[in-house]
Amino acid sequence: MLESLLAIGGLVLLRDSVEWEGRSLLKALVKKSALSGEQVHVLGCEVSEEEFREGFESDVNSRLIYHDLFRDPLNWSKTGEAHPGGPLGALRAMCRTDSCSITIAVDSLSWLLLHLPCTELCQTLHVLSHGNSYPGVNPPVGQVRVLGLLHEELHGQGPLGALSSLAQTEVTMDGKMGQASVHILYRRPQQRPAYQTQWFSILPDFNLDLQEGPLESQQQPSSHVPLVDPTTHLTFNLHLSKKEREAKDNLTLPFQFSSEKQQALLRPGPGQSSSHIFYEPDVYDDLDQEDPDEDLDI
Amino acid sequence: MCPRHVPIFTHPGRSGSELGMFPELNNLLNTSPDRAEQGKLTLLCDSKTDGSFLVHHFLSFYLKANCKVCFVALLQSFSHYNTVGQKLGVNLTTARERGQLVFLEGLKSSVDIFFHPQEEPHPLRFLREANAGSLQPLYEFVREALKPVDSEDTTWRFPVLLVDDLSVLLSLGLGAVAVLDFTHYCRATVCSELQGNMVALVHDSEDAEDEENELLLNGLSHQSHLILHAEGLATGFCKDVHGQLKILWRKSTGRRDRSLIYQYKIQDKNVSFFAKGMSPAVL
Repeated sequence: MLESLLAIGGLVLLRDSVEWEGRSLLKALVKKSALSGEQVHVLGCEVSEEEFREGFESDVNSRLIYHDLFRDPLNWSKTGEAHPGGPLGALRAMCRTDSCSITIAVDSLSWLLLHLPCTELCQTLHVLSHGNSYPGVNPPVGQVRVLGLLHEELHGQGPLGALSSLAQTEVTMDGKMGQASVHILYRRPQQRPAYQTQWFSILPDFNLDLQEGPLESQQQPSSHVPLVDPTTHLTFNLHLSKKEREAKDNLTLPFQFSSEKQQALLRPGPGQSSSHIFYEPDVYDDLDQEDPDEDLDI
Repeated sequence: MCPRHVPIFTHPGRSGSELGMFPELNNLLNTSPDRAEQGKLTLLCDSKTDGSFLVHHFLSFYLKANCKVCFVALLQSFSHYNTVGQKLGVNLTTARERGQLVFLEGLKSSVDIFFHPQEEPHPLRFLREANAGSLQPLYEFVREALKPVDSEDTTWRFPVLLVDDLSVLLSLGLGAVAVLDFTHYCRATVCSELQGNMVALVHDSEDAEDEENELLLNGLSHQSHLILHAEGLATGFCKDVHGQLKILWRKSTGRRDRSLIYQYKIQDKNVSFFAKGMSPAVL
């Protein structure tokens, strides 16, 4: 996996988070570059030189040039040791070497983004990774690869998007259940972007151990309980027999006005006692002999 | 008859308050005063609850470990920390008098800066500045306080910087980047150069609109070796379980147990920890 990450060149953006840190992967990439004969420059802003070199063997350490921006980045001690061009000047100066190809590891781009304007940083990274010449600066002789560590939570969408668009390879740290993984986006020139997800763990000597994925042994085996039909032993009836269904269908509902009901109401049956209404008209009553229901179709 | 002076021997017993700090928390962190790791930054954060018990724990822990402690106390008065410290078995007055503890009482000295003339730069000078830019004076104060002095009689084990708390600096008008720069320089000097430890408390407001605090919390989390996050329970206040503590070890590759979660209950002189759902009150 490390070879494919280092193959394209340009800017390799390593995005990490608090839970899944990316510095170990950065160090693994640095070790791989150093062992393949390249000169590796490290712009260290976040950890001390001892801490960064920790875990590397001597042949890696001998190829590593550490530019210390950790001890006194803002020149508070006023010793005047800082690079005149600031961190970006230091980055540009790294390219003016005679060696064929160099790797620059920036630890971290987040520190630079918090202290420098995003536009300047993006311009410098573009120049570094594409090898264009700055006015007044000799163009770099060979391929320059920049490995940049970026802490995702510290920046808004704007700077993240700007850096992401500059990167030829984008690696996002992730993980599940104690197992780390990376999601890699390759932007090879004149090809479609390619995605890859890889589970891995980093050994103490910063070699990579590729893995399959988190062990699924945490899942419970499905319980083999025989399914019970709850309708078997009921004290009441849930289904209707055929006879009962027929009787139900034939039943007229009390408030449904069917033709049988209409006839039954109009002609009182033989057993029914007919009811009479006795009305004594009042003096002021206006009795109309016409039937008010004459127009009804009954 | 002349009174007989009977010498009174105080037996150095190991009572609960003699141990100081919270022994159960030491067990969870797999540490003790005599074998504490060096060169580490520990981040304390709290959300929906008060995480100051962690500050008191580390203060008494490092005093017991015979370290030289510089305490930048912005939140409470000296007497408050002293009162709690006595319950945990440390006496801050004594520690200050014998030079083990350098105490910056923010509440008192911030008033001094307005009403008393200052000859030398005051650590909290940013309070007077219109555009408060940097905490360099505070960093210089810390560096002066913790730099090894040859003339001292007793040699302390290693220096410790304790800050309670960093969110107050944001409320006082500083930007998150300025506070991060301060912690960066303190880390470079205290942890890297002097091989000491640093402990700082940041409040987690869990308010997505407080971008400065989010930036401070996340930025500091990336620099920390150990993060202790005290949270109130999601279900609200409970008499027997006061909260939940998440412990996250960072920067240690190849370590399987990277994070733990425990629930806790704060008592008068102790904090008891138990696994989730295993509070003695509910078992």
